[in-house]
Amino acid sequence: MKGNEALCEAAIRAGCQAYFGYPITPQNEVAEYMSRRMFEEGRQFVQTESEVATINMVFGAACAGARVLTSSSSPGISLMQEGISYAAATEVPCVIVNIMRGGPGLGNIAPSQADYLQATKGGGHGDYNVLVYGPVNVQELSEIVYRAFDKADKWRSPVVVLGDGILGQMMETVDFTDMPIKTNDLASKESWAVTGCKARDPNILYSLIIVPEEMEKYNWHLQEKYAKMEAEEVVFDELGCDDAEVVAIAYGIVARITKTVIRKMRDSGKKVGLFRPISLWPFPYARLTELAKDPKRKFLVLEMAFEQLAQDVWLGVKDRDRVEGAYKLGGVLFNPVEVEEKINSLL
Amino acid sequence: MEKVFEKTKGLTKNRMFYCPGCTHGVAHRLWAEAVEEAGYRERAVGICPVGCSVFAYYYFNNDCIGAAHGRAPAVATGVKRVSPEKLVYTYQGDGDLAAIGTAEMIHAATRGENITIVFINNTIYGMTGGQMAPTTLPGERTTTTQTGRDTSKAGFPIRVCELLQSVTGVAYLERTSLDSPKGAIKTKAAFKKAIETQMRGLGFSLVEVLSTCPTNWGLAPAKAQQWLRENMIPYFPPGVFVDKLTPVLNAEKDAKKEK
Repeated sequence: MKGNEALCEAAIRAGCQAYFGYPITPQNEVAEYMSRRMFEEGRQFVQTESEVATINMVFGAACAGARVLTSSSSPGISLMQEGISYAAATEVPCVIVNIMRGGPGLGNIAPSQADYLQATKGGGHGDYNVLVYGPVNVQELSEIVYRAFDKADKWRSPVVVLGDGILGQMMETVDFTDMPIKTNDLASKESWAVTGCKARDPNILYSLIIVPEEMEKYNWHLQEKYAKMEAEEVVFDELGCDDAEVVAIAYGIVARITKTVIRKMRDSGKKVGLFRPISLWPFPYARLTELAKDPKRKFLVLEMAFEQLAQDVWLGVKDRDRVEGAYKLGGVLFNPVEVEEKINSLL
Repeated sequence: MEKVFEKTKGLTKNRMFYCPGCTHGVAHRLWAEAVEEAGYRERAVGICPVGCSVFAYYYFNNDCIGAAHGRAPAVATGVKRVSPEKLVYTYQGDGDLAAIGTAEMIHAATRGENITIVFINNTIYGMTGGQMAPTTLPGERTTTTQTGRDTSKAGFPIRVCELLQSVTGVAYLERTSLDSPKGAIKTKAAFKKAIETQMRGLGFSLVEVLSTCPTNWGLAPAKAQQWLRENMIPYFPPGVFVDKLTPVLNAEKDAKKEK
């Protein structure tokens, strides 16, 4: 299945009740697929008038306690930032997929990873965080989108899944065995969702707290939640890092390209490793800090962006100068030959 | 002693913080009564705006959401699509609906969303201190049109009902005025029709309520209502613009008669 379509099936299996979206390349297949499948499953689909409207429909459905999905690409995700801030502030669950493309501005439709900071360090206003994932292939994209609905409900939080133009368009086999059909547990949301105030006091979902001291308290409540998320939701993968002289760090499609190189180099006896963050927020700093304890170990960040993922690697390694960077900008992909040359140059 | 009137259960016990003479208080009461009397309070979900009525969720005694500025019709769409049995309404001022929220307003209408919008038009931005609104009249003084709205620079007021009249998805559209007790009675009747329109699934409904802002107009409440009558009504004529409800009700009446 194409990545864009596989994530739809995963969402439907997870009990997604509504999809709202606006066309933007390279993720139009998501809306097109959902426009057919959601009605087949008796669920809701709306092609909206803009990404601004989209994220607010998502917000409304989430407030009503439904499982809801949207997808877009970089410029559209920019338009959603206000809504994401509101969803985070109001603590309502939703899943947002960003199939990243070249930027800034209108950019192009080629794959990119340059929305990393936007996703992980807020993009909307205020002190908030959302769960962010960077899947590496269509199978992982599907599984992450599937589980994102549970994560969103568990933490009452938006969950952002960062794909890219290649991941969305790639055709790979997907095994849905570990993604059984689920339904939304509306009863578990009765305490806060706007489901109608029969036999209870009204639920009000708002984010305006005028008195600074009360707002302060609320912000600390959010930070306490984020601290718990940081403790429980870190996910990463690694290959050959334990004895590596050079550790390459990458996520998504770049990790895929790099993994091929690392395997090949290890087969020829070179001590190289790949560290692959899967949760981008919370970021797996601790493992990087541990790997950095060996003073001779070198680190190389590879990303299709400029010093975005790198900033989190600097924090994990705790020394900016120890981290080399390889950056591809504007929608250009790495090729395995140049990746291997770059890693070799550090050995 | 016989109790002849009491505060509707559609409103909470919270004290309202609107200015003296502000017609938000009246509009809130009329709407809350309409919802409660129709028996929909427990099914109601109100989407509240940004503006003077940002705290409307403390006054309406039903589930509410505080939406981003202008986005209420989109939020309402999300709620209604996943819980169609609810009475989903928005309550919005002229900035929220007719400035930043125009796209969301028009598209909810054009999709024929089964939601109801209560549109409070007082030709000015109250909460932020009296700036020009899209509905500010030519020559009207506001803090951003201090010598009076100059249409050659600041354009012309927008007539929301006239604009939405051409949109096919609209099922009930009326403009009323809170300049008098008669206007208040007509407003409540319009609210009831809009609610009925939604609950029968006929499509999008909106009631534009001409309202006063004594504070930012610099007029005492009664003078403000006079100003409304003399200046706003000629530009924003009250009346029914779209009514797909009455034919349905009449058809039902005729069917009953035949039996």
